[in-house]
Amino acid sequence: MAEKTVGLVPLSGEAKRRAHTPVITEALCIRLMFILATVLGLGVLVFLPLLLVFVEALRKGVAGYLAALSNEETWHAIKLSLLTTLIVVPANTVFGLSAAWLLAKHRFWGRRLLSTIIDLPFSVSPVVSGLVFVLLFGAQGILGPWLATNDIKIIFALPGIVLATAFVTFPFVAREVLPALEASGNDEEEAALTLGAHGWTVFFRVTLPKIKWAVLYGVVLCTARSLGEFGAVSVVSGHIRGETNTMPLQVEILYNEYDFTGAFSVASLLTLVAVVTLTTKKLLEWNQERLRNDSYTDR
Amino acid sequence: MIRTLTVEKLTKRFTLKGTPAIFESSFEAAPGGITTLLGPSGSGKTTLLRVISGLETADEGRVLLGEEDITYQPVRERGFGFVFQTFALFPDMTVNENIAFGLRVRKQSKLQISKRVDELLELTKLHGLGHRFPSQLSGGQRQRVGFARALAPNPKVLLLDEPFGALDAQVRVELRQFLRELSEQTQITTLMVTHDQEEALELSDRIVVMDRGRIHQVGTSREIYEAPRTPFVASFVGMANVLLGRMSNGAPVKTIVRPHDMRLSRDPSLGEPATIARLVFSGSIAKIEVTTSSQETVSVHLPQVEVDRLGLQAGDVVHIDAARSQVFADSSKTFEPPLPTS
Amino acid sequence: MSAGKLTKKRNFRAKAALPGFGLTIGITLSYVALLVLIPLAALVWKTSHLSASDFWAAISSPRALSAYKLSFGGAAVAAFVNLFLGTIFAWTLARYRFVGRAFIDALVDLPLALPTAVAGITLTTLYAPNGLFGSWLEPLGIKVAFAPLGVIAAMVFVGIPFVVRTVEPLLLSLDPQTEEAAAVLGASRWRTFRLVLLPALWPALLTGFALAFARAVGEYGSVVFISGNMPFATEIVPLLIVTQLEQYQVEQATALALVMLTGSFLTLLVVNLLQLRMRRESSRG
Repeated sequence: MAEKTVGLVPLSGEAKRRAHTPVITEALCIRLMFILATVLGLGVLVFLPLLLVFVEALRKGVAGYLAALSNEETWHAIKLSLLTTLIVVPANTVFGLSAAWLLAKHRFWGRRLLSTIIDLPFSVSPVVSGLVFVLLFGAQGILGPWLATNDIKIIFALPGIVLATAFVTFPFVAREVLPALEASGNDEEEAALTLGAHGWTVFFRVTLPKIKWAVLYGVVLCTARSLGEFGAVSVVSGHIRGETNTMPLQVEILYNEYDFTGAFSVASLLTLVAVVTLTTKKLLEWNQERLRNDSYTDR
Repeated sequence: MIRTLTVEKLTKRFTLKGTPAIFESSFEAAPGGITTLLGPSGSGKTTLLRVISGLETADEGRVLLGEEDITYQPVRERGFGFVFQTFALFPDMTVNENIAFGLRVRKQSKLQISKRVDELLELTKLHGLGHRFPSQLSGGQRQRVGFARALAPNPKVLLLDEPFGALDAQVRVELRQFLRELSEQTQITTLMVTHDQEEALELSDRIVVMDRGRIHQVGTSREIYEAPRTPFVASFVGMANVLLGRMSNGAPVKTIVRPHDMRLSRDPSLGEPATIARLVFSGSIAKIEVTTSSQETVSVHLPQVEVDRLGLQAGDVVHIDAARSQVFADSSKTFEPPLPTS
Repeated sequence: MSAGKLTKKRNFRAKAALPGFGLTIGITLSYVALLVLIPLAALVWKTSHLSASDFWAAISSPRALSAYKLSFGGAAVAAFVNLFLGTIFAWTLARYRFVGRAFIDALVDLPLALPTAVAGITLTTLYAPNGLFGSWLEPLGIKVAFAPLGVIAAMVFVGIPFVVRTVEPLLLSLDPQTEEAAAVLGASRWRTFRLVLLPALWPALLTGFALAFARAVGEYGSVVFISGNMPFATEIVPLLIVTQLEQYQVEQATALALVMLTGSFLTLLVVNLLQLRMRRESSRG
């Protein structure tokens, strides 16, 4: 459903244009107050924490920062996070493209239900998300005994972490691609069909190029969230140092041991990923606006 | 050898109850020429075109190409060219690549493709623009690429969905000329959807007039204009006065008179009395609105010189008569479309 | 010579020319079933093994009740704060131009992009007694870190994007001419806001509130660090679930999880209905 625009969904060009049209507006002092409130509010509430991460990470200088990151446990955590992400993101991308195509281009009973299910991870607590996998695969879980006899470890091991991360991040690609697909219409695809193209050709040569920025952004979002997922992974991982700790979990461990520099150093990596995500969003917005302006020039 | 495109009793519903989008529509397209599907929005003409193209499937009826029943043939196998109102060009491909698309799908050799693309660039007067992207072209140029792309794979039939609808008035005129020349050169059976009756009258070898899912009449421009078979056709194509009346046996009728078929004079023996309500100067023809004794408003078009000669003014009492008119049974409640003759 | 098949099977789906239905529904449904539906079913199944009285005891224990108070109560307060702040932010970003607007606008999304654990340790460091904010709040007697107020502060942080991102697009899509009409008729800006804009905006405000609320209730990473996790004082429901899991009280944890899940579904339902309503209003306008 294209309307669920909460979260990191870039604003359309049309909306931006409206923003710059002067309208009968408030008194100057009110405007100034609002602007001040917004700048200060967001500055204090959001920007300061952002700065703090880097300040604390570099408290022991660059040498201290690098030392913290090359600690063996920490390094393992980084690798584990990357591995998980490498598995989760492609899987969720395939799913996301599939679901978006299905919802945008076809009408069938249960469409809204499917759309709601896809939005589920956004309203479910991450702890619950992790818990359900423990209930399914844990020692006392439904499949627990069967897994034990076959010596398959899911909880407290990589598979569990992958599943929990996949659960929490699977909507992202779908939610970014779906509005883009809906907005792009069917005409080009139909044209390709009349010219004799088969399904895959239509998808890869006509549809995908149209939505490439939305797909890219969805992938970036999914990656950022996979790297940063804490609650769900915390429940399934077992916190086994050097083995089943992802970067966020490592941050927790370091912090609880009062190794603030270490904790914030790892945190800074995750924060950089967040900044990249936000920058990509802005670039996507600007790109969309540029495309919109292009289509208005009808010489 | 041109195979005739025929449509037999096509019906399509989008909702289970309610009016079908098209209902038992049948006609035969003019072979090698331009047939227009003409009607207001919602008349089902676009649906009919899309069913013929294969982008939609009919619930009942058949589509025939020559003797072959292609009703259920998938769109990508039909080999019909389709030109969209919104151009639907592939935005990330150049003009050349757009035009080549249908040929690449058929896996033709690069040499063949390149030759054909050049041919089409010439045909559609887009020479030299091959390397541009759609966003760098004007609306008229984009639609010509649309034509080129649709024609590249040598389609059996060319389908046009309001091809000039998204263009400025001036560009529309240019492209109408372009289409006429194209049709004469390629001799491809062309089916065009439009709501612009001027366009239909000017371009078509055959017109199919539709309203609310049903075909009212099929014929040449002249036939449609001069011998409309239903009140709808009469009032949709060309201007018309619709006068209500009764036959001597009491049956309600509608009389259709075109404004320029009305005769107006000051001589009482030459018609019914009426008062001039408005007199509008609009160049060589004056548009006069008169009110009859039964309080009906009738539109009369007179040459301005006549108006000047008679010294007509608003408020004058004049006498009107119809030089030519058509009478239809007033079946406004139920409509039974007359059987079309192609 | 048949006149063609009458498709009586207008049942499951409307046939379209675009291909890929079979493949995409296959992939989508199996993925959703494996990843989402089966695990959730496991939750329900496990809970059904609890007797009714055990279930009730688990979800209404004193510790659980005080956790509810903190989680739901705190989330409500935080969501209200976000409603107020978010509206101001959304208004400013939608209507005013100023230096650094694009940057500030990007900041709004940071709480959504930032990993929760990072937010957690950062906020704790800021509000701790020796932290940047804590050092002048503590002397004033306002204890933020390791107190309920800290929980609320963290919840406010994570909820910032929700109200702003639902209200801002709506503000931008409003027709300026309705406000101009009000002004021409002599209404003050405040009056115009109250009588003209608020009725159009309230579904978005409510949606933003609901989303911020739902997020805050379930939030774990951002809150566990700053709260101090003291039972009966600063323990949130998600933490209680985790603690019980660690102590092998799986059934109790499951029962509480079901409560949270039900809350999530309800919120999702409310948000869906509101968005349906917003869609209908915008197509009428």
